[in-house]
Amino acid sequence: MTCDTQDTVRNPLLSFLRALSAVVWKDLSAEMRSRELLSAMLVFALLVILIFNFALDLDPKTRQESTITAGVLWVIFTFAGTLGLNRSMAVEKDRGCIDGLLLAPVDRSAIYFGKTIANLVFMLIVEIIVLPIYSLLYNVNLFQPGLLLVTLLGSVGYVAVGTLLATMAVQARTRDVLLPILLFPVVLPIVLGAVKASGGFLDGIEMAEIRPWLNLLVVYDIIFIAIAFMVFDFVVEE
Amino acid sequence: MQTKPRLLTVLDFVTAALFVLATGMVFFYAPLEAVMGQVQRVFYFHVAAGWVGMLSFLVAAIAGVVYLTSTNRKWDIVSLSAIEIGIVFAFINIVSGSIWARPIWNTWWTWDPRLTTATVMELIYAAYLMLRQGIEDPDRRARFGAVYAIVGFVSVPLTFFSARLFRTIHPIVIGTNEAGAEGDFDMTPMMLQTFMFSLLTFTFIFADLLWHRIRVGRLADKVEQLRLKTIE
Repeated sequence: MTCDTQDTVRNPLLSFLRALSAVVWKDLSAEMRSRELLSAMLVFALLVILIFNFALDLDPKTRQESTITAGVLWVIFTFAGTLGLNRSMAVEKDRGCIDGLLLAPVDRSAIYFGKTIANLVFMLIVEIIVLPIYSLLYNVNLFQPGLLLVTLLGSVGYVAVGTLLATMAVQARTRDVLLPILLFPVVLPIVLGAVKASGGFLDGIEMAEIRPWLNLLVVYDIIFIAIAFMVFDFVVEE
Repeated sequence: MQTKPRLLTVLDFVTAALFVLATGMVFFYAPLEAVMGQVQRVFYFHVAAGWVGMLSFLVAAIAGVVYLTSTNRKWDIVSLSAIEIGIVFAFINIVSGSIWARPIWNTWWTWDPRLTTATVMELIYAAYLMLRQGIEDPDRRARFGAVYAIVGFVSVPLTFFSARLFRTIHPIVIGTNEAGAEGDFDMTPMMLQTFMFSLLTFTFIFADLLWHRIRVGRLADKVEQLRLKTIE
């Protein structure tokens, strides 16, 4: 931390960014030491691939449709994402860290965006590892710029809503079962859009046909980041 | 214990009279539809129930916003009451639609955008009730409920839009493709009058039920507060 306190007092944006990066950094360094969240998400993701392999017969010789690939990928991401979101907020709640965070003299939205960015990083790491494994196992090239863009846009929207809802879910009695029930119906447009856009890029469909889906993802991301930003205060208020 | 307001009693009777009248209009005033026959008569209450469902969820979301800005417990009760009514009417909407769809589309169900959205809406508000059930602290329950009512309601149009996009780009062979077009019909003036009257009747039913449910909610609130007081 190089900038002095005088500077942060004068510049509210700078102090916001410092609080934000502190929250992100706290999550990342905690994860770097324990690795409990990422390892759980990754092993879970691989298990889902394994189950789908037998449940849907993913062998590319028998399965030509790229919608299957896109669908399986997004099921993996949404399920692994729920696991990560739940864990990331449960840790804060169980060890009383959330109270410490709330006591800090920073804007509440810095906490929200910090947690969201940290969760996004975890989700992207899982995706970056799952994509080559899937490519290798089923002999499809998933490293296309379009597909990566969809993955990023989809993950942003998913994590933006997910962080907000996970913050509520961990404060409820039935928390472990509650998050997917709260999250999945609300996040359906993201899953739909991401599956369709990913499938489109894998099929090499014209950009004009994929663009509506990309627009949907962007619109969803913007709307839900804005709403979560506005209501997050009420979710952590004591 | 406050007594039942006179106006509410009046509203009860007016609603009951309207409902009897509307039922009569659906069966005896509205003409028989030429192609679909008797089953078309379900349409009047089907659309009216759907309208009440949407209206309730809108009321719940607005009440949620007002609760978050005012933190007046009254608005939390309004929000919860509207959602409970909405769930019931959205369900009536889905079931009556299925009854109509079986002879007309030759299937109970298709993944048409409207049907998809209706289902997702039911799931969202079922989740809302589960969320509330899991929280003991009344203030926190109200806050979380309001937040979820807003988030859920905002996602509904996006779900509808995405489901429509899903079908227009990739038409599906199973079931009817042009779901909106299949079973379409032009309304005669008498049909239109029956339809409008059904909408009006169901709006009255909504207002009446909401009022009753809010009164129950107030009493439940009072009981809960008394209980908390005795624990202290």
